[in-house]
Amino acid sequence: MRAKVFVTPRKGILDPQGRAVEGALKSLGFGAIGNVRVGRFITLEIDAPSRAEAESAVRQICERLLANPNIEDFRFEVDAE
Amino acid sequence: MSAAAALPGEPKVDLAAARAHGLTGAEFAAIERILGRVPTFTELGVFSVMWSEHCSYKSSRKHLKTLPREGANVVVGPGENAGAIDVGDGWVAVFKIESHNHPSYVEPYQGAATGVGGILRDIFTMGARPIASMDSLKFGAIDHPRTRYLVNGVVGGIGGYGNCVGVPTVAGEVMFDPGYNGNILVNAFSLGLARREDLQSARARGVGNPVLYVGSATGRDGIHGASLLASAEFDAESEAKRPTVQVGDPFTEKLLIEACLEAIKTGAIAAIQDMGAAGLTSSSSEMAGRGGLGVELDLDRVPLREPNLSPYEILLSESQERMLIVAEHGREAELAAVFEKWDLHAVVIGAITGDGRWRARFRGGVVADIPVAALSDAAPLYDRPAAPPGRAPIETRPAAAVARPEPAAAMRALIASPNVASRRMVFRQYDSLVLSNTVAGPGGDAAVLRIKGSRRGLALKVDSNPRACALDPYLGAIATVCEAARNVACVGARPAAITNCLNYGNPERPEIMWQFVRGVAGLGDSARAFNTPVISGNVSFYNETEGRAIPPTPTIAVVGTFADVSLNIKHCFSLPGDLVVLVRTAPPSLAASEYADLFRVAGGALAPIDLVRERRLLDGLVECAQRRLLRSAHDVSEGGMAVALAEACFDSDRGLGAEIEPVATDGDAEAWFGEGASSVIVSAPAENLKAIRDIFAPLEVRPVGRVAAAARLKLGRWFDEDVATLRRLYEEALPGRLGRHD
Amino acid sequence: MKWGVVRFPGSLDDGDALWALRDVLGQEAAPLWHKEESLGGAECVVLPGGFSYGDYLRCGAIARFSPIMKSVARFAADGGLVLGICNGFQILCEAHLLPGALTRNRSLAFVCDFVDLRVENPSTPFTRAAHRGETLRLPIKHGEGCYVAPEDELRQLEERGQILLRYVDERGEATDAANPNGSMRSIAGVANDRFNVFGLMPHPEHAVEAALGGVAGRKIFESIAGAAR
Repeated sequence: MRAKVFVTPRKGILDPQGRAVEGALKSLGFGAIGNVRVGRFITLEIDAPSRAEAESAVRQICERLLANPNIEDFRFEVDAE
Repeated sequence: MSAAAALPGEPKVDLAAARAHGLTGAEFAAIERILGRVPTFTELGVFSVMWSEHCSYKSSRKHLKTLPREGANVVVGPGENAGAIDVGDGWVAVFKIESHNHPSYVEPYQGAATGVGGILRDIFTMGARPIASMDSLKFGAIDHPRTRYLVNGVVGGIGGYGNCVGVPTVAGEVMFDPGYNGNILVNAFSLGLARREDLQSARARGVGNPVLYVGSATGRDGIHGASLLASAEFDAESEAKRPTVQVGDPFTEKLLIEACLEAIKTGAIAAIQDMGAAGLTSSSSEMAGRGGLGVELDLDRVPLREPNLSPYEILLSESQERMLIVAEHGREAELAAVFEKWDLHAVVIGAITGDGRWRARFRGGVVADIPVAALSDAAPLYDRPAAPPGRAPIETRPAAAVARPEPAAAMRALIASPNVASRRMVFRQYDSLVLSNTVAGPGGDAAVLRIKGSRRGLALKVDSNPRACALDPYLGAIATVCEAARNVACVGARPAAITNCLNYGNPERPEIMWQFVRGVAGLGDSARAFNTPVISGNVSFYNETEGRAIPPTPTIAVVGTFADVSLNIKHCFSLPGDLVVLVRTAPPSLAASEYADLFRVAGGALAPIDLVRERRLLDGLVECAQRRLLRSAHDVSEGGMAVALAEACFDSDRGLGAEIEPVATDGDAEAWFGEGASSVIVSAPAENLKAIRDIFAPLEVRPVGRVAAAARLKLGRWFDEDVATLRRLYEEALPGRLGRHD
Repeated sequence: MKWGVVRFPGSLDDGDALWALRDVLGQEAAPLWHKEESLGGAECVVLPGGFSYGDYLRCGAIARFSPIMKSVARFAADGGLVLGICNGFQILCEAHLLPGALTRNRSLAFVCDFVDLRVENPSTPFTRAAHRGETLRLPIKHGEGCYVAPEDELRQLEERGQILLRYVDERGEATDAANPNGSMRSIAGVANDRFNVFGLMPHPEHAVEAALGGVAGRKIFESIAGAAR
């Protein structure tokens, strides 16, 4: 199964990267944008007997390594191949 | 009687709420007495941070007052954001060291990064351009499961912030000891240079002067972070109670540095301070307090990162990269233009008043109205009981009945021990060159900086010796000051002033308070003996995990001055045939040594330290440098003389070695690996020996061998090894234990 | 000759470049503000090291859109000399004034150290004071200095002599061990095909004084000053 993991700065946490990109976009004339947040997108393949077990494993992977719980949130999608 | 109204829906304020804020019953009663009423919830939050140990120094202030703070060279002593000394030609050096221990344990990368950011702001708020940083880092045992993660995070954070903000990291220290397994130390130092006339103050003046807010918007970052976390012990629950972590933004910091220094040049700033611990509350009340004035803040005007922050949150937020400025009336626009140039916005959020009140307004009402003095001068002070532990202090590790190792094997093990081996994998991750002042960067005895447009220069070093402090907190503190000062003198600079970070456990325990009091006494006695006033610093208490305190750790940074920086001395040998000379104040011992720790042998008690002889050693090193008598000088520290000799061979570009005559009993551990006493290995042409002896008299000055053209290190009859082989052991030890970085 | 050193928000080594040029090498040099379009009559434009705009997206990605970069692109198209150091090199790649891109170091860590560089092509305005195969000792300090380009592009760079500097060991060999960041073919510096734009990761401005890191960096600045004369 294939998992897509989205890691984003937690709500309320300062995101200097998002702020810099937002500033640059505005200076390029994209005035209508706002609230830019920059995170990471990770894909991985996982062997699991069921979707539920794959999801539980991916959740652990995110909690243990992919996301820093102090400053980041994550969500993920699991698709059968 | 003042008026401040509770906001609808605010939590009830009573003794229980006060206790939950870390205040005692007596403190809560004092607050009610001061206000003549029950505080609002916002006021309770404000008192709790301002009366916290971190902000009020309530347990330490009485003892800190005993430190020598005066000196002919002192321009600004303790009380401002950082101290300053005159370094000649109209330049002043502004510096300070500060702890960021608890945040770095919780979130190592951001904790260390924001530690660097905070100390930089303390420097440029004084009107000085930061030109160098150092860090003292203490981790748990190198094989502790969390150590690798913490090292990578902390080192990454220091580099990530320091490199991006353009201030070189030029020196530091890293130590591994099981005493820090549950409570690491991250102490960050920064130094800036200013023209004397450009120095700024954080003393508010001018009733009616507007108060400007500059920098990042305010979020819920670190509310009660530094103030509460640094004032209460860790336990399993603190992981869950974690406040929103502060995230550092070095890019904004860089803009703030440039914009603030440019704004200062306009002359339109009356007072300036960064928003550090307890953010807007501490910066505004401290500035008003120093000036004996009042301040009124309109919280609706504070730039917010997210909507619906309560006044409590706005006042206590510890969002990073924010500055508070008192502007000269009518010159706000001039300042705003400077900040706009740097894409920063200055917003007027209040004004200085003459009524001595600290007042905050929010949505039309007053949410806090407190006498300024109650938040600064009238904060509680404690004279906590101090008593030595009932039993005699024991060594950090119990001495097992292990036979001493064979000396050549001991040498190889020491060279590769985590506390001796090369720190290159750490300092290679720091930009040590930016700003073009670094004459000698990390890896030497002390960093050497030149002052552009002048012959003058500075030397900096930070040291600590928790093992010695655990054996004897008084002598340990003296030994620490001696070592830092000696490192500075080894490069040829005259030690000029001290800043310190005093890291201890819970001061409510008499034995910890005793460690602290003895440490301050040792610091004071040595600072007086060396004529190096203590011009700034910070106290970090409650460094405990589940009732276990860290070893007492006063971290001492010494800044030295050169009249002519070109006379600086390197630590490595430079010419074959030079005499290798040992200069020392007393015989070495294994007490608190790396040898005793590594091989678990009894090291014994610390010997008394004769500060007059220590001063002789420092003065002698400086005089030798000024008279160009030495070709190298290297302090003997962890691993003793044998390791110091190896280190003096490693960094010689010419690939030199040394041949050392047998000393005392050949291979004797005390003689070769002993520490404790102040010893320096120098090299010099043989014809200089008499002059060197005269300068150091009555200290022991003993030629022990020669610098050799062949890159081998020969120690008496017991050790003969290729320098390259030894160096490999030295260089590869830490990457081998912590993970490779190339 | 007249030099202009661009200052972006987040530039860090701009002051060092000005110091090296003005105070050490006695050149005429002035800062250029990123919001301006004027190059102030500079005969060589230097894009300095640093973290422009925090380098929070990709290194150099945001700086390339600043007003001054329009003028720099025009200046380069007219044959003007442009030198990009470290972050300046990254900006020139992002702006497509130089081929290739700079990605994270192989170690994934920032590295500050002195390295040996071999001069591969001494017949350019940036290297003419050196001779072929000469070794220059310069500092590097970067987290994203791993030079990458498609294989056919690399071949072309080799054929046209656009690779000006390579990381080498003490014997002058471009070994893997001597490559501090994993750059393809050990590339430390490249020029465009007209040889008027040059980017390098090492910092020549930090090697112009004997007491502070040696004088090898002078070779680069002296080449440029000589070329313009």
